Amino acid sequence: MAQRGIREYDAKRLLAKYLPEYLNEFSYKGDLALVGPETDPEELASANPWLKTERLVVKPDQLFGKRGKHGLVLLDANWEGAKKYLKENIGVEVVVGGAAGRLTHFLVEPFIPHNEEFYVAISSDYDGDNIFFSPEGGICVEENWDKVVRIHVDVLAGIAAVDIKSKLPRSLADRSLAVEKFIRALYQFYAATGFSYLEINPFTFHNGAIVPLDMVAKLDDAEEYWQRKRWEGLIFPEPFGRILTKEELFIKDLDSKTGASLKLTILNPKGRVWTMVAGGGASVIYADTICDLGFAGEMANYGEYSGDPNTEETYYYTKTILDLMTREKDPEGKVLLIGGAIANFTDVARTFRGVVMALEEYQQKLQAAGVKIYVRRGGPNFEQGLKLMRELGKRLGVPIEVYGPETHMTRIVPLALGGAWQ
Amino acid sequence: MSRKEYVLFDRDTKAFVYGYQTNAIQRMLDFDYVCKREAPSISAIINPNRAGIHKAFWGTKEILLPMYKTIFAAAKAYPEADVMVNFASYRSAFETTMEALQEKTLRTVAVIAEGVPERQSRVMSATAREMGKVIIGPATVGGMAAGAFRIGNTAGTIENIIASKLYRPGCVGFVSKSGGMLNEAFNIISRNSNGVYEGVAIGGDRYPGSTMLDHILRYEQNPKIKMIACLGELGGEDEYRIIQALQEGKITKPLVAWVTGTCSSVLPASVQFGHAGAKADTQKETAQAKNEAFREAGAYVPTSFDDYGDKVRQVYEMLKTEGVIQEFVEPEAPKIPADYSKALASGDIRKPTTFICTVSDDSGEEVLYAGKRLSDVLEEKMGIGGVIGLLWFKKELPDYAAQFIELVLQIVADHGPAVSGAHNAIVASCAGKDLISSLCSGLLTIGPRFGGAIDDAAREFKQARETGKTPEQFVNDMKKKGINIPGIGHMIKSVKNPDKRVQLLIQYARKNFPSTDLLNYALQVEQLTTAKKGNLILNVDGCIGILFLDLMSSCGSFSKAEIDEIVRLGYLNGLFALGRSIGLIGHILDQKRLGARLYRHPTDDIAYMMPSAEEIQCKR
Repeated sequence: MAQRGIREYDAKRLLAKYLPEYLNEFSYKGDLALVGPETDPEELASANPWLKTERLVVKPDQLFGKRGKHGLVLLDANWEGAKKYLKENIGVEVVVGGAAGRLTHFLVEPFIPHNEEFYVAISSDYDGDNIFFSPEGGICVEENWDKVVRIHVDVLAGIAAVDIKSKLPRSLADRSLAVEKFIRALYQFYAATGFSYLEINPFTFHNGAIVPLDMVAKLDDAEEYWQRKRWEGLIFPEPFGRILTKEELFIKDLDSKTGASLKLTILNPKGRVWTMVAGGGASVIYADTICDLGFAGEMANYGEYSGDPNTEETYYYTKTILDLMTREKDPEGKVLLIGGAIANFTDVARTFRGVVMALEEYQQKLQAAGVKIYVRRGGPNFEQGLKLMRELGKRLGVPIEVYGPETHMTRIVPLALGGAWQ
Repeated sequence: MSRKEYVLFDRDTKAFVYGYQTNAIQRMLDFDYVCKREAPSISAIINPNRAGIHKAFWGTKEILLPMYKTIFAAAKAYPEADVMVNFASYRSAFETTMEALQEKTLRTVAVIAEGVPERQSRVMSATAREMGKVIIGPATVGGMAAGAFRIGNTAGTIENIIASKLYRPGCVGFVSKSGGMLNEAFNIISRNSNGVYEGVAIGGDRYPGSTMLDHILRYEQNPKIKMIACLGELGGEDEYRIIQALQEGKITKPLVAWVTGTCSSVLPASVQFGHAGAKADTQKETAQAKNEAFREAGAYVPTSFDDYGDKVRQVYEMLKTEGVIQEFVEPEAPKIPADYSKALASGDIRKPTTFICTVSDDSGEEVLYAGKRLSDVLEEKMGIGGVIGLLWFKKELPDYAAQFIELVLQIVADHGPAVSGAHNAIVASCAGKDLISSLCSGLLTIGPRFGGAIDDAAREFKQARETGKTPEQFVNDMKKKGINIPGIGHMIKSVKNPDKRVQLLIQYARKNFPSTDLLNYALQVEQLTTAKKGNLILNVDGCIGILFLDLMSSCGSFSKAEIDEIVRLGYLNGLFALGRSIGLIGHILDQKRLGARLYRHPTDDIAYMMPSAEEIQCKR
């Protein structure tokens, strides 16, 4: 559960559909078309007839910014030109902000000629939300940050009591009332639709009405239960350059079906150091320790399991990791760290039963891959859990070292990394 | 209650537990008990589904905790409770917490649920602040004051409480984001100092209800806390508020601080760590930047988490040298009442059982009939006869024997509505009694005169045969004793009008049984009795009893001693009772379907013969 970016397509779709609830005169229609690798242009055009009649803008819609600066935006094109551009660019690999990835999704919308560019953004912090506004938006807003006004909205008092008007620059003149009403409505929309960040840069006036040109947004995915109606059909794409592997998707799916927490990120599938750590807090500390010892490059995965998963869940979780780590051999062998703090309520014996089942199943592959296993854990039924592991060690033919709460939590990391490559 | 502002929990703290979390409730009570609190820390449980009571252990005794449906009702009944441990799910955590905040008597709410939306968290937090109240969480295990009060599952098992000496206060105030690390920190601190005084995990979300600084400032004010330790995390700016307080001189006690997540600089930016808030959006939010800032502000910062404990020890020893911390006299560790199931599993205790069962076992994955898995019974198509073999005789009977049992059951299943059993069952059913009561009413008539002849016949014939009596001797002996031979004689059937059921049984036995020795003997007896009177035939009860003996002695599955026992214990009447139950149930259902009214026996069918006045007079 966290703040997660959504596509500009979805952000604008939500805006077009729900902002009018707070601002009657908001007339933005939300003519938007999302093009993915599987999209048939002709079907798209028949569902969105404006594609063939309007001048168009085409831009990547994959959670990265500065698209104009990277020369990835097509402006003022007709449908034929847009199709040609899409055909040429879908699947192309680009590097943006240090992340390399393929262009897969583009947003197509009507081109709005304009000369005014306004900036508005809303972000959240501890005691409320902050609205940022500038009459000089567009790509230079950061350079002109001194022109940006900040309006704080208290989390309890809300927007009703906030005097927006007096904070807006005088230069707005006859635009002032429209901007004030827009900001007030936008905030209400932001608060009621599960946003944790929203930026429209720029928006402009077209035929007297406000039109958003570029939009960036993040949602608080914990709101899903309350927003299931408004968020219908919405997906959270992975960050640009990040494609989930089959295994990551499997764990994600497992995670979504349980009250426990199961997370897996593969960092380097050829790495020699694999972790299976219980707890969100402890897992970070194990990763820290591995990096401190200079093995960042060998760290194969980050992950955690917590919240008292059952035997079956830990079995599948372990199996997934074992499968990944035994696919390729490394002349120097591999290490599996089954770590964790002293649990409050997670039943260690029960979770370890699942781990043991998976380890037994992978006995031969573990032997073949030269895996050494290090265990450290405490908590309810830990004696029984550690005993299971020790007994497994005797029959598995794979070295397993087992430690309990008397040993410092991350002690197994130097034990493992020192021992394996001395 | 006059509790100091900075004290959230002490030995008198009383709490509500929202949500029927029986494990957490017991853990809280166990903690109270080992801390030698006078009274449990839980005033009441709030369970939206049910009001009533909950039974829990207080040491080795059992106590009752009241259970209310609403926070309002609980708060009204127990105004002394000022803490609510809120186990409501993420869906209802917000409304229940807001409701609790509205209760004047409740001051602290610990929100356990993970996945509470950020806006809801911020509203809860701001509301609590406005009212001078405290929220711990969401997404946390809670916290505890050593030797005084624990929130829910904090610090895990009672063994761990003992190991980390949490049953008595130390002098370290601890706060972390991570609930999972809280317990580990208790362990580390107890190994490197005299232990924690209080520890709180604020939860891994981006907007926790109370911040690490909030708790550190409480620790600063509490004179019993001599040093403070905190464990932060990358992401967010909470740590900078602490650093600012350090710089402003608001924290004067030594502070050991470490921020985890130093690895993030070498990992891809898109990795979301386990906690929602654990993501550095700016350079300032990285673990490195925070640790550096802590160091500059004068906190005691280790080089990695590995020497967190060393730093705690260093500061603790320093304070001891300075005389800030007095030499600590360790109280005796309390005894913990071992949990029965755990002690049993570990082989530490044993207990004599009160009764024994040798026929079936439901303690494993699948129920066993005389050691045989039910699924095997079904797969092998053992049938009712086979199941009776297992459950009554603890034997796998040969097929012909199992089929014989089924044949008997079919034969005795019913004998019309007029016989005692059916009649009684019908009368009971007509009186409006339920199926089971009516069935019992019918079954209760089974005995020496009704249906009970199977056992008696088996017993008498067996005895006669075994004592070497000729049929003639047997008949004469019985006549001398004035006893009708059980199993001989029928109301209607006779030699000329034979009982078809008996014929079928005999046919089956002759065809399938290895031997029908006792039957042959009984038929010789029958020849003698029918010579005297045509209806003194071997009846169906006698035939069943006698054939069962033949079956047992010839099929090879039973020893002589076993056969004697079966006859002595009266197993065979069971066959009649079981089979006849089928018919009795049929009659009862029949009456119910017919909507039969209360049965009253007609008076003209009763001979009323009263004793005379003289006869009832006292003769003396």
